[in-house]
Amino acid sequence: MSSEICLDSLWKIYGGSSDLAIKQLDSDVDPLDFYQRTGIRAAVRDVSLEVEIGEIFVVMGLSGSGKSTLLRLVNGLVRPCSGEVRIQGLSLSSLSSEELNKLRREQMGMVFQSFALFPHRTVIDNAAFGLEVAGMPKRQRRDLAFKALERVGLADECRKRPDQLSGGMQQRVGLARALALDPPILLMDEAFSALDPLIRSDMQELLLELQAERQRTIVFISHDLDEAIRLGDRIALMKDGQVLQCGQAQSLLCEPASTAVRHFFRDIDVAAVLDVASIASMPDQLLVDGVSSRPELDAVVGDPVYVLDESKQLRGVRTRSDGWIEASQVSTLRSGMRVREAMPLVASLAYPPPVLNTDGCFLGVVTPLQLLRSLEVDL
Amino acid sequence: MLPGCGYTPSTVAFSGGRPLTLQALSFGFIHDFAAVHQAGALGLAVDGAVVWLLTYAQSLFDVVNTGVMALVVWTEHLLRAPSPWTFALIVSGLGLWRVSGGFSLFALLGMNLVLAMGLWDPMISTLSLVLTASFLALLIGLPMGVLSARLQPVWRLLRPCLDLMQTMPAFVYLIPAVMLFSTGAVPAIIATLVFAMPPVVRLTQLGIRQVPADLIEAGRAFGCSELQLLWKVQMPSALPTVMSGVNQTIMLALSMVVIASMIGGGGLGDVVLRGIQQLDVGLGFEGGISVVILAVILDRLSQSLMLDGERTVAARSRRWLSLWRTP
Repeated sequence: MSSEICLDSLWKIYGGSSDLAIKQLDSDVDPLDFYQRTGIRAAVRDVSLEVEIGEIFVVMGLSGSGKSTLLRLVNGLVRPCSGEVRIQGLSLSSLSSEELNKLRREQMGMVFQSFALFPHRTVIDNAAFGLEVAGMPKRQRRDLAFKALERVGLADECRKRPDQLSGGMQQRVGLARALALDPPILLMDEAFSALDPLIRSDMQELLLELQAERQRTIVFISHDLDEAIRLGDRIALMKDGQVLQCGQAQSLLCEPASTAVRHFFRDIDVAAVLDVASIASMPDQLLVDGVSSRPELDAVVGDPVYVLDESKQLRGVRTRSDGWIEASQVSTLRSGMRVREAMPLVASLAYPPPVLNTDGCFLGVVTPLQLLRSLEVDL
Repeated sequence: MLPGCGYTPSTVAFSGGRPLTLQALSFGFIHDFAAVHQAGALGLAVDGAVVWLLTYAQSLFDVVNTGVMALVVWTEHLLRAPSPWTFALIVSGLGLWRVSGGFSLFALLGMNLVLAMGLWDPMISTLSLVLTASFLALLIGLPMGVLSARLQPVWRLLRPCLDLMQTMPAFVYLIPAVMLFSTGAVPAIIATLVFAMPPVVRLTQLGIRQVPADLIEAGRAFGCSELQLLWKVQMPSALPTVMSGVNQTIMLALSMVVIASMIGGGGLGDVVLRGIQQLDVGLGFEGGISVVILAVILDRLSQSLMLDGERTVAARSRRWLSLWRTP
């Protein structure tokens, strides 16, 4: 995998001379104190990130943490004071304004928190805006815009004006406007933050569906950790313009780099973050044996007994109550499943369900006790 | 100095509250009754500047004179081409289509009244002056508004000029206009143009500056060039504000054209002026009411330019028809 978006020690300073400020802020000056003394504020402080092709990368932070500025640095709406942004290996600072416009038209779609739809255009003309700017003829761009609207479920509304639509529908138009260009990169600035919780979760679902259809590189800004966990392949946590930690939700949860990171996860639903594989343990009775016959197995004492073959594939489980259960009949968990999803199965089975990885290899079992313990991660 | 431009003391006297003679006013000066004031140093400097312009830039004024004259003559020809009845019906139909049934009726009756009072000819003259002056004011004002919205220095330079143009008493424009362009329709149009231009410049500037920042950002994020940003994002969102500037300019032009009759602009203003000079209340009222009728028609029609297509009678009847058809 190569990185689609590469941010290299980016700085964005507001309020005054940047070179000097960077030098001072880089040495251990308290940013708040510095701001009060000089009126100079660093919106983005020394941020280096790489976003891979096809991943949903969530930048998460409270308001004022610099995450929106970071997104605008990616498409050049904001110019960095220092550092470099590379899109598909191309440095933004080396581009002329025409080249930058071309890059924005062809490679990047953007969705805004405030929707930012053009009130004087109909829904379909809003969706076709990017194509119009790129100089596509009317018929063609309307066709593409209509397809994008169809995809977000708004084909019937295409003659209306944005102000005749509800908030959720307006943001679908915003999404369609970005999708109509079919860009490899999608920038979403708190795209769902202004929506009702129910509609927000619908939109998240829609985004995941779209991502499953066609892999795009998505940079998603959010202040909602639940949203970040649900959508993000990786999450970067930002505070005061700095990235505190970047990684998968589970690694942020289980190995927080600082108390500030831990603080973020204070109210989080752990069960929705933890992978079952991470809490699986080896059972007491485990036979690794590809050839033994039933009578020999029966001789093994213990309940339940898990039997694997030499390539660690599950052959079956013997329990006292149900006797021998063939592998095909055993209810299993897959690695990647969240603890929350595993709960009903763990609760209903007479034996702890085994966890298999994507190749079907046995990783361990999840006992009800382990499951309960996992929920009280010390935060 | 041109003859007639200096101060001529008026001879106005009152006895027992009734005016005995009311003379002068031929050049639009309502003289200070108490004292006759002479221009000071600043006034003399302005005088000198105008004389200098006359001496060294006469050919420029001649060109402007010819151009504006041709434009106003052509406009008047166009407006006089249909008979009064046809003209009234066209305006009334336009009103029905763009504004409302009530307005359409008002326009029809109002124009008939003007015709019945025998003021049709002056009304058409006034209208052609207003349209020409407004057209020129918009032609200059709109680009100035756009420029001053996008370039801060231009706005900083322009704003005091606009303040001056708007607050300077309207009559004052008449003096240099006469000196530079003599009397007649052209100086009337030039004075009107100067007086009527500020609103459209201001409101265009304001409209563009008020376009929400997120729309601008969206425009840029989708790769708009500066020109595309102006035409596809800023101008369309600013349009309602710009159009109200257009409306204001047209209305101001009408009011100034009436005043400009004092320098031979002609039209309805002449009728009003005659009413004043002869103390003929009836004549003054007839002229005045014609101006009002023209003003209302111009105002509603120019406002309808910015009306959303959804609210016009045409759209309403379309909706009614579709409601009727669907069971």
